[in-house]
Amino acid sequence: MTDDQSLRVSKIENGTVIDHITGGQALNVLAILGIDGTDGEPISIVMNIPSDRLGRKDIVKVEGRELSEEEVDVLSLIAPAATINIIRAYDVVEKHRVTSPDAVSGVLECPNHNCITTENEPVESHFEVLEDGVRCTYCDTIIREDLAAHILAT
Amino acid sequence: MRHDHIISAKQLSRADIEEVLDRAADIAADPSAYADRHAETLLGLLFFEPSTRTKMSFTAAIKRLGGDVVDMGPVEYSSVKKGESLADTARVVEGYADALVLRHPSEGSAKMASEFVDVPLLNAGDGAGQHPTQTLLDLYTIRENAGLDDLNIGIMGDLKYGRTVHSLAHALTNFDAHQHFISPESLRLPRSVRYDLHEEGATIREHTDLDDVLDSLDVLYVTRIQEERFADQSEYRKVAGEYQIDAETLESAREDLTVMHPLPRVDEIDHDIDDTDHAKYFDQAHNGVPVRMALLDLVLGGDQ
Repeated sequence: MTDDQSLRVSKIENGTVIDHITGGQALNVLAILGIDGTDGEPISIVMNIPSDRLGRKDIVKVEGRELSEEEVDVLSLIAPAATINIIRAYDVVEKHRVTSPDAVSGVLECPNHNCITTENEPVESHFEVLEDGVRCTYCDTIIREDLAAHILAT
Repeated sequence: MRHDHIISAKQLSRADIEEVLDRAADIAADPSAYADRHAETLLGLLFFEPSTRTKMSFTAAIKRLGGDVVDMGPVEYSSVKKGESLADTARVVEGYADALVLRHPSEGSAKMASEFVDVPLLNAGDGAGQHPTQTLLDLYTIRENAGLDDLNIGIMGDLKYGRTVHSLAHALTNFDAHQHFISPESLRLPRSVRYDLHEEGATIREHTDLDDVLDSLDVLYVTRIQEERFADQSEYRKVAGEYQIDAETLESAREDLTVMHPLPRVDEIDHDIDDTDHAKYFDQAHNGVPVRMALLDLVLGGDQ
């Protein structure tokens, strides 16, 4: 597998590799992290490659940027098996799995069109993270299915 | 009571609720003792939706405590019409008043507005969300007529959009109450409320037919099924008709059944019930004044 992957995307010198992303979610991962390539940093995306653990998985490599745990824990909503590798001088200097945060702000849009957070008010969406979903702290709406569909456009 | 704002019935403990109800009973027994309790206190009224009972009873409550209101008035004559945000409106009006009462069509509006103000903010209904002050007067009425423990209560009608229902169901989890929810399938309790009741370990049952439970109830809380919730008018008429009660319906109920309704009613409770001992909905509406006096007194620091 390693040889196969190296053919697809080369190693990065410094930055972050997010591995074991649920297959098909790489673009949502970037959307959640607010990374759209406009800052000029090289970004590599591999999607739907075979994985023993996940069946198929995605990998995202972001060069020149070390993502903090706080930044990446939100990914647990759509990619709970994701692992984060911090790379310096081509070596993995730090490796950890994402853990579920207690709450997420400004990441998801409340699907309740009558929720105050969907109106023109100076307030960010805020969701409490439940065992099997998330819950809007303003209107109490619970989302259990397809959280990726509710990612706020950046 | 140690709350800066009253946003949701979920925040109220049994002790909080009993403190308000006890104070309300004290006020009802001797209103004159509270007549100057909050002289010079101004209550800011922000009603973005029509209201009769809630607005008038808050007004009566603060005036009977010696205070007064400053009222934004109808939305169409306010700065809201010019596009002002709720957050800005709340921040402006907090400078004119010692506490705010907010009714707004959006769920979560009271919570959001409370984050922008330092004076106490009381939620007087946020969309299909919560209506905690209505709940306090509902609980007062239930306590007076049936008691709050060992209670069998049926809550019937529009359980999906009915904010008074959501607040009442949450609050009743503080007591030994068996809650029966009676509604058409399309208007059953929202998932979020069922989730909370489950988390609280509440005893609840859902029914589509009142006859299944009527004879076991101490209290029947009826709510209005609103026509605008249905795309098809004939479907509305069919459903609404199944959840109307009249004196004949109540023949199989217990003699001491208390019938309540947050009002306004349309035709879900027939007028032939009004003169029976079951009917407590006008008492319930009247209880809004002492209960809101009690709540204001506590929130405004009546103990100090």
